[in-house]
Amino acid sequence: MTTLLRTLALTLHYAGLFAVDRVDLNVQPGSVHALIGPNGAGKTTLFNLISGLVAPTEGTVLFRGLDVTSLPADRRTALGLARTFQTSRIFGAMTVLENVLTGLQPRCFAGLIATVLRTPAFYREERALVARARDTLHMVGLSARADLPAATLPHGEQRLLEIARAIAPEPALLLLDEPAAGMNPAETAALANLVRRIRDLGTSVLLVEHDMGFVMDISDAVTVLNFGRCIFQGTPAAARQAPEVMEAYLGQKVAARLAARAPRMTV
Amino acid sequence: MPEWLDDFLWTYQNLVHALGINGLLALSMYVVLAVGQLSLGQAAFMGLGAYSSVLLTLKLDLPFLAVLPLSCVAPVLFALAIGVPTLRLSGVYLAIATIGLGEVLRAVYLNVDWLGGALGLSGIPGRAESWMIFGLLGVAILALWAVGRSAIGRAMAAIREDETAAQVMGINLARYRLGALLASAVLAGLAGALGAHSSSFIGPNEYGFEPAVTILSFALLGGIGTPLGPVVGAWILTLLPEVLRGFSDLRLVFNGVIIVLAVLFLPEGLLALRMRRHAA
Repeated sequence: MTTLLRTLALTLHYAGLFAVDRVDLNVQPGSVHALIGPNGAGKTTLFNLISGLVAPTEGTVLFRGLDVTSLPADRRTALGLARTFQTSRIFGAMTVLENVLTGLQPRCFAGLIATVLRTPAFYREERALVARARDTLHMVGLSARADLPAATLPHGEQRLLEIARAIAPEPALLLLDEPAAGMNPAETAALANLVRRIRDLGTSVLLVEHDMGFVMDISDAVTVLNFGRCIFQGTPAAARQAPEVMEAYLGQKVAARLAARAPRMTV
Repeated sequence: MPEWLDDFLWTYQNLVHALGINGLLALSMYVVLAVGQLSLGQAAFMGLGAYSSVLLTLKLDLPFLAVLPLSCVAPVLFALAIGVPTLRLSGVYLAIATIGLGEVLRAVYLNVDWLGGALGLSGIPGRAESWMIFGLLGVAILALWAVGRSAIGRAMAAIREDETAAQVMGINLARYRLGALLASAVLAGLAGALGAHSSSFIGPNEYGFEPAVTILSFALLGGIGTPLGPVVGAWILTLLPEVLRGFSDLRLVFNGVIIVLAVLFLPEGLLALRMRRHAA
């Protein structure tokens, strides 16, 4: 299988500061891949580079074998890339169902004339979109909320809605930026199940997350960033024991002391 | 047509035409606001439609039903020239560029002899009929309503709420903004041609900054939840001066107060009804 997403020496610097520094990332199809690292390591910036909201200083982004480095975000979405944001950016004035319908934009083909004339083809497409949106809401457990204004949902449900909106068009790759932030343990466990189901339905997941239990539980691969550099790439089990990862999180001194005291200490 | 209606239209023809034409102008403002942009060029587009239609009528003597569609050509070309460079950017670039367009065109009308200069163009035959004006207004309302309740309308609402999130949904921002501006230019151009052919005279000052602000206030008062909102706003602000005829000098003050009150207390406009976009 070819690599689904690949970044080659991807770099972004602002006035001498390297926010992302020559990162080579490989996300395999059918996997849940975690991107971890201390605050300010460049994880969200890397997401912005991958999704096309920010242009890199140097380097290449390959998605499904295509060089998408110069494509704007909306074209990448059309190719099957989807994402959520660190602080949820749902459309608060729309209903829950309308939010998911908006996420189905890559599947909307009715032209202006068909729309104005309300042709049978227009109705057929609209019905198919609504059916797909309802299925997606059912999958994340928000069916009962479909007709509520999205802004009235509690925090945890807004995050689920953002995921529903992103996965509705069945993207090839979903980027999740701190999906478990602000969730209680029960919600986090449900989220882990949801992420697994998304993967099993054919959407690979690249996620940024600080909840290490969650990351170790669901990830097939882990990449660790620090100061914009990729310092580790491998399995979750290997990441737990990698001295460079411990150092990044705890600092050199503490990591060395821990390593001396308990060789199997985990992050 | 019953006799009383005939009499009524005859007596109040100017006002009835103004209601329809201002309704079209309000809709031309609405489409731009509906994609989260601000344009102050509606009066300029209207002026382009008015001047080009009058030239076609006076110099070439074309039938009005041919003049009407042709009057959209100049506004659309200018909308492309202004929209293509500014709508790739987010922010107030369109508003600034359209203010500039209005002032430049005013100077052109004033200084070019065959456009009538400061005296304007007169002797325009009154070829705009009520049925044309209200027919077009009705078609425009229905078309915009249909677009509002569709994937295109959802994309427009998404752009209005959060441009970044909309882009990540696969929405090409520049394409929607430009499409809206072109539709707006067509509506304003038609309104300009209809207005010119129901008033017998046009002049440079009818299409400057002040009418541009008045058109904006139609939409602010009515709200942009549905296409009906701006039309209702236009009708109120068109009828009000007639009701307040006694206070002639204070009319602009009243308009200003209404705009301030509408912005402060009715941020979503009089018709705050929100369309249900999902079910077609």
